[in-house]
Amino acid sequence: MKRVYVNEKWCLGCHLCEYYCAFAQTNKKDMAWALKDKKIFPNIRVEDDGAIHFAVSCRHCAEPICVKSCISGALSIVDGVIEIDKDKCIGCFTCILTCPYGAITPAENGQAIQKCELCVRTAEGTPQCAAHCPNAAIVYEDRG
Amino acid sequence: MNRLRYVCIGNSAGAVGAAEAIRKYGGQGEIVFISDEPHHTYSRPLISYLLLGRTTEERMRYRGASFYDDLGIELKAPVKAVAIDLPKKRVILEGGEEEPYDKLLVATGSLPFIPAAEGLNRVKKVFSFMSLDDAKALEKAICPESRVLIIGAGLIGLKCAESLLERVKGIDVVDLAPRILSSILDEEGALIVQRHLADKGVAFHLAQSASSFEEGRAILSGGRTLDFDILVMAVGVKPNVDLAKAAGLEVGRGIIVNSRMETSAPDVYAAGDCTQSVDASSGVSKIMALLPNAYMQGECAGANMAGEKASFTKAISMNAIGFFGLHILTAGTYAGDSYLESDGNRYKKLFYSGNRLNGFILIGSEDRAGVYTSLIRDQTPLDEVDFDLLCRQPSLAAFARQARAAKLGGAQ
Amino acid sequence: MGSFDLMPDYEVARNYDRCIACRVCERQCSNLVHEYSEEIGRMTADDSKCVNCHRCVSLCPTRALKIVQSDNTYKLNCNWTSKSIKEIFTQASTGSVLLSSMGNPEDYPVYFDKMTINASQVTNPSIDPLREPMETRVFLGAKPEKIERDANGKIKCNLSPQLKLAMPMMFSAMSYGSISYNAHESLARAAEELDIYYNTGEGGLNEDFYKFGNNTIVQVASGRFGVHRKYLNQGAAVEIKMGQGAKPGIGGHLPGKKIDSDISRTRMTPEGSDAISPAPHHDIYSIEDLRQLVYSLKEATDYKLPIIVKIAAVHNVAAIASGIARSGADVISIDGFRGGTGAAPTRIRDCVGIPIELALASVDTRLRKEGIRDRVSIVAGGGIRSSTDIVKSIALGADCVYLGTSALLALGCHLCRSCQAGKCNWGIATQEPELVRRLNPDIGYKRLVNLMRAWQHEIEEIMGGMGINSIEALRGNRLMLRGVGLNEKELGILGILHAGE
Repeated sequence: MKRVYVNEKWCLGCHLCEYYCAFAQTNKKDMAWALKDKKIFPNIRVEDDGAIHFAVSCRHCAEPICVKSCISGALSIVDGVIEIDKDKCIGCFTCILTCPYGAITPAENGQAIQKCELCVRTAEGTPQCAAHCPNAAIVYEDRG
Repeated sequence: MNRLRYVCIGNSAGAVGAAEAIRKYGGQGEIVFISDEPHHTYSRPLISYLLLGRTTEERMRYRGASFYDDLGIELKAPVKAVAIDLPKKRVILEGGEEEPYDKLLVATGSLPFIPAAEGLNRVKKVFSFMSLDDAKALEKAICPESRVLIIGAGLIGLKCAESLLERVKGIDVVDLAPRILSSILDEEGALIVQRHLADKGVAFHLAQSASSFEEGRAILSGGRTLDFDILVMAVGVKPNVDLAKAAGLEVGRGIIVNSRMETSAPDVYAAGDCTQSVDASSGVSKIMALLPNAYMQGECAGANMAGEKASFTKAISMNAIGFFGLHILTAGTYAGDSYLESDGNRYKKLFYSGNRLNGFILIGSEDRAGVYTSLIRDQTPLDEVDFDLLCRQPSLAAFARQARAAKLGGAQ
Repeated sequence: MGSFDLMPDYEVARNYDRCIACRVCERQCSNLVHEYSEEIGRMTADDSKCVNCHRCVSLCPTRALKIVQSDNTYKLNCNWTSKSIKEIFTQASTGSVLLSSMGNPEDYPVYFDKMTINASQVTNPSIDPLREPMETRVFLGAKPEKIERDANGKIKCNLSPQLKLAMPMMFSAMSYGSISYNAHESLARAAEELDIYYNTGEGGLNEDFYKFGNNTIVQVASGRFGVHRKYLNQGAAVEIKMGQGAKPGIGGHLPGKKIDSDISRTRMTPEGSDAISPAPHHDIYSIEDLRQLVYSLKEATDYKLPIIVKIAAVHNVAAIASGIARSGADVISIDGFRGGTGAAPTRIRDCVGIPIELALASVDTRLRKEGIRDRVSIVAGGGIRSSTDIVKSIALGADCVYLGTSALLALGCHLCRSCQAGKCNWGIATQEPELVRRLNPDIGYKRLVNLMRAWQHEIEEIMGGMGINSIEALRGNRLMLRGVGLNEKELGILGILHAGE
């Protein structure tokens, strides 16, 4: 299955993926219009430590501990993609407590969580972090 | 692939985990759930959110409406299982009906623990806060003028307090322990949360018990009296093991299971709050009544029931709970040296010894907490990571490049 | 010492209606132009540090940025231009030679733009390259003057070593040191995929790239950096660098700060020490001396590799080329004054040397006149910008062209001409690991391949239009060119007729 991977060697720590992710979530046409003066809530986040940079987003694990731990049944695997039903989620953050990658974050209103769904619900339909990575550090490909 | 007959006593996380695993691993026989509640499988911890108005009965279903049909499960409910006949491999239901099994899962969960107190039997409006029916009954009983007294400042009692606070006149919480959430928080952490709840309007009476009750009044061990209209007993829970015990399964405080979720009897498995198993963070066998563990134990049991060789050895205590937007995440055991960050509102305490992270308490500091949990769960040697960096912030940057590549390079 | 406040050349024009303060400009600017101000909650810029490399403009996700030439001027003066005044201020303040990079940017005539290409009509039909084969393959090296046959009538094959190119382009010499590891990797991989050659430059060859040896030209320059037997034999040809179009008559200077351990190992020079290539080869003071080096290198490579001699296009280039053709060299490479560099004294870059078009034409003419054109192939380089520049070069007499600047542009270079600072924001002319990693060779080599394939395609189209189906048939075919707006002298040197003639 195709997933988002980061090649750390090529990650520049530019953080553009975060903005393209946040933009994709808005389903608006213009990033300036969508994100101007707003705090962003990206589903991919770059970690920086000195010269080390890498982006982290949901691994879409085959045996996802977040789904298994979800107390409300809001997380589920749909065609290999771990999706969140924000209607069912009550924001207990058990998934945040269990995800070994730190890839799940509270949603903007704090009453649910949000996570990468490989852009299946965005207008583009394909991961925008990978599409806009300026150095091909983030790729969307099948590594089994 | 097999056509065995699978019976699960229970209709919650443990049973659901088992059924999903049975189907995943090729078990094709009948699956029967036996439940004494008349509901579609639902998430018990969500009952407080139901009262808060943050969810509905429909949305708090643990699995979708077509769950039983999709997995080919026959749900027998509401009906009580009254006995397990181990030699004949059958479960006897209330009314005498019998359910033969090839593989049985006991997932009977836990029951509220109600301590004996003088006069308690004379209190009319006394409730537990464990089940959907409890919540519904409580909701029916309250009104904006109600004064609610909650006995127990644990997870259940305080979630109950949070859910009712806006809807009643006042809430008093009494607990024998000197601090709230004593099972998951240390003193300083508990104070932060207590202050937060008190600011919202919850009144606490700690380090005292309700020694006796009169109608509408509790007398505390310190001599003080508290008037109330509604009484909620949330002192604690106990594993629901009567059925297992009567059948002759080995039972300690909970049903004893091994890492494959097998009980002392062949073809009988147990999962969830009714069991006791080994805590990976301490090596001690104990009850870990947590929904995630229940699901994963159920899943492990189901895989084995379907003929796989599965084991579940990474159970740890962990809790994610929030009150009025303040989130508390905890995991593992609180032993060893500690690292502390506290500014009176945000609180972080990590416990470590012998090159391992044992446990942590995070209050208002949830970001990437799972990185800590995985260190406990995986028993990661701390000298393989940049623990100083990790203390400051949970981060994959603290792992060696190769370890990180292994983590991020492929899905696990 | 006190200095006059130099006004910035450029201004960062930020559209605050579009800026979302994502700070990518700040993170990506090695010159520290951009900075987010917590205090005012907005991005700020220090224009004086901007080199107009467009890294920020390219990455800004909301297109909120542009860099504009400052319209701040000194009092208008057609003699003492702002540029002259600034340069004097700078030198008065620093006491230094002015340094620049890349090719001569000054306003000299571009003869390529004053020549047009012919096309067939009616009597000499054009060829459709989509339906008929077009040959762009080129062989570089000495060709026999006549066909010889043995007693049985079979053709004698005693051809000297040749380079075989799938298309008449090669990547010109850019040393590892002046450009980054990733830039080198991109060039090497592209050359391999395209079946052409790239050139090590004078910095030696990193062992990682030995595997691309069949597509590598190894260079020997006056500093002899990184030259050893294994290196020489690793390549498909050896190039002796006598001169460079951007800085004819002077040597090279790679600052010590660009010489990290890897480059030091490759160059065989001390880490952190400046690597200075002398202006002349100290063993070459005559054509005879050159011949000695040519044959030394042939000896060292078992006479299996063609030897290229590269010179800068200077006033008496034709006579020099004639000498080189007689030195035993297989290929002459001529580098025009628009040719690039990683660092050169500005005055030299901008005022020394001649245009490649004129140099090329005069060399080709001279060698033909002397009857020695077949002894050598000619490679033209220095400011070739497009497929038509290539076609015109070949019509003027080149066998193929060297591409440097255009290859760097494909890799992301925006021609800010600040290579000498070593802080290339595009990861090309830098050795800082954080910057080098900005050029991912997976992307870089593909862009090079794209560009070359596109140009090859265009060349085939133009050839077809001329009714020519083999690039060899275009070489020196000056009837295919006409001058527009050139005077008699220029037309005479270029050996072409004026349009309408």
